[in-house]
Amino acid sequence: MIRVQQDDFDPGAELARLTEGRRDIGGVACFVGLVRELAESAAITAMTLEHYPGMTEKRLAEIEAEARARWPLAAALIIHRVGRLLPGDRIVFVATASAHRQAALESCQFLIDWLKTKAPFWKLEESAAGEHWVAARETDDQAAARWRRS
Amino acid sequence: MKLLYFAWLRGKLGKAGEELSPPSSVVTVGHLLDWLETLGPAYKAALSDRRVVRVAVNQEYAGSEHPVALEDEIALFPPVTGG
Repeated sequence: MIRVQQDDFDPGAELARLTEGRRDIGGVACFVGLVRELAESAAITAMTLEHYPGMTEKRLAEIEAEARARWPLAAALIIHRVGRLLPGDRIVFVATASAHRQAALESCQFLIDWLKTKAPFWKLEESAAGEHWVAARETDDQAAARWRRS
Repeated sequence: MKLLYFAWLRGKLGKAGEELSPPSSVVTVGHLLDWLETLGPAYKAALSDRRVVRVAVNQEYAGSEHPVALEDEIALFPPVTGG
């Protein structure tokens, strides 16, 4: 399941809902991304997440489908926030559930790695120095490339 | 043709999008970027480094050889930084 929203989310409540009434799930893995205050140069005061409505949902659904094709998942959830956020705020939530831990843990990492390089979101940082669009990092590309199938 | 601009490309071009009618010789993404560069200094500056310009045609990532048509929605944006 995919959600793109301005509002905050409650990781505990999301995990509870994901597994409610299920008896086939043996493990759930989750990742929560937060706004970090320390940027490359100055301490950031806010971060605005921009996205491409329509394409964002398509790419996230595609990434989820890819994870479901690679691992036997009982449930999967991706929540990504957009709009203006403050340091410490939650940005993204990825949760995967499976009968066994390996599928849940691996697919969770796969989802966040692929999301970072494929879903059309952009971060605008605000600091005392002004506004600054975050540049894509090569380490993110490398993290995503690990999952590429030759 | 519906053009959409995101992140710093929107900032450099001073608009979030526009309707354009490129000449009939523009049949690929590469042609389109070349033609956009001729529209003025803001376009030239925004598109000067093609390595940091990504293109989506009808919300699918597209390379420079990908075909484009007048009815397409074409988005230009920098490499993504979500998550």
